[in-house]
Amino acid sequence: MNKENHQVLLEIKDLHKEYDTRTVLDGIHLRVHKGEVIVVLGPSGCGKSTLLRCLNGLESIQGGDIQFNGESLVGSNVNWQKTRQKIGMVFQNYDLFPHMTVIENILLGPIKVQKREKKEVMEQATQLLERVGLSDRKDSYPRQLSGGQKQRIAIVRALCMNPEIMLFDEVTAALDPEMVREVLDVILGLAKQGMTMMIVTHEMGFAQAVADRILFIDEGKVCEMSEPKEFFTNPKTERAQQFLNIFQF
Amino acid sequence: MVYKLLSFGFFIFLIFPEKNLDGGECMDINWQFIISTLPLYQKAAWITIKLGFWGTLLSVIIGLVCSIILYFRIKVLKELVEIYVELSRNTPLLIQLFFLYFGLTKLGITMSETTCAITGLAFLGGSYMSEAFRSGIEAVSKTQIESGLSIGLSQTQLIRYVILPQAFAVTMPSLAANCIFLFKETSIVGAIAIAELMHVTQDVIGMYYQTFESLFMLVVAYLIIILPLSFLLSWLERKVRYAEFGN
Repeated sequence: MNKENHQVLLEIKDLHKEYDTRTVLDGIHLRVHKGEVIVVLGPSGCGKSTLLRCLNGLESIQGGDIQFNGESLVGSNVNWQKTRQKIGMVFQNYDLFPHMTVIENILLGPIKVQKREKKEVMEQATQLLERVGLSDRKDSYPRQLSGGQKQRIAIVRALCMNPEIMLFDEVTAALDPEMVREVLDVILGLAKQGMTMMIVTHEMGFAQAVADRILFIDEGKVCEMSEPKEFFTNPKTERAQQFLNIFQF
Repeated sequence: MVYKLLSFGFFIFLIFPEKNLDGGECMDINWQFIISTLPLYQKAAWITIKLGFWGTLLSVIIGLVCSIILYFRIKVLKELVEIYVELSRNTPLLIQLFFLYFGLTKLGITMSETTCAITGLAFLGGSYMSEAFRSGIEAVSKTQIESGLSIGLSQTQLIRYVILPQAFAVTMPSLAANCIFLFKETSIVGAIAIAELMHVTQDVIGMYYQTFESLFMLVVAYLIIILPLSFLLSWLERKVRYAEFGN
């Protein structure tokens, strides 16, 4: 499915990120169209996670520009509180708030940040929980849930803010195989509904199934950017071939 | 809970054995005296409770403010807080009280005994509380903060809804210990002529030479004040920690 002619939601131009003297991102260009699913692949330490973290202001950047809905996210006068509501992020270690029940976790953002009506948010939360199959756990505490359940709740928490784009940072890396499946199914469902997403993952099968485009990064540079089928069957660069060979036994 | 009650019972048992160790009769306790001085002790106990309550409350507030200043590394204030913490933790309460009561008069600042005592307790307690809160705040992981930021929380909301509740759960045990410590420290403020329990006891001993009865009443009075406090704090601790730790 070609979404290239959709409206551009997020544009990254010549993004540079450095830690002290080490360059982590070295001139990344990327255009994310509305409804598009971009899967970011690459070896450990190549800057995949850093790229996502730059997009919602968890990391400062040293050069280039990021535009979200036509507004620049660079400089000191960016209203991150407002922007982050539209950019949902899910982390590797779930990071649910341990002192709150599931439903409190989900309601915190919509009620305190977006000042929405509790009743309305509650309805949405219930619907979302049903969709991820966890409507019976809304009064549990995070410690009473399995990893996969926690991650699904974290996704619901981000979704309940009605974001325009979702960023997934290795969301299944800390899960065992059966739980990986339940989380990936949720993300796959979102893709079908037309959610714009950027996904960092090491699940190759999943990447192939969910992605509209694959972004392969190595040493802070975009090595290859292509449709999944092409990337997995016929990678253009040698580095990508090497990387894909690792997954074959 | 059971152990707290047992400690009370054990104390009573020590004081009132059926027979003395040498086989003699049980010691003679002047109950008449105890009853007649009861009102004195009652009054003193209220003063102790008042001092302990305000001292602890102010300590918690001071500690909270200091720990937030330390956490955000606010310029100048951070240095001041560090100096305050070192000063207050490394000098005895008695000296601090004397300084407040006699020293400040020299600088033209006079305070009533009660204000002075509460200030002293808050000065000492504030630094202990500050350190307790700091350890709790530092225990909140960086990813929790990022996860809070990523749903659009402001700095104040982040503190209010994410950092403090979690810090509180970690800090609660040492916070409880500090509260009890401060209530016990009120026994020193008698030194600046406040008629709290310790001071009254010394007076009573001085006047009537009924040392045993007076001290017995003193210990019972402190137990009556601090045991319920201790129960309350244990209950609070369980409540605060339940969500996160489940115990």
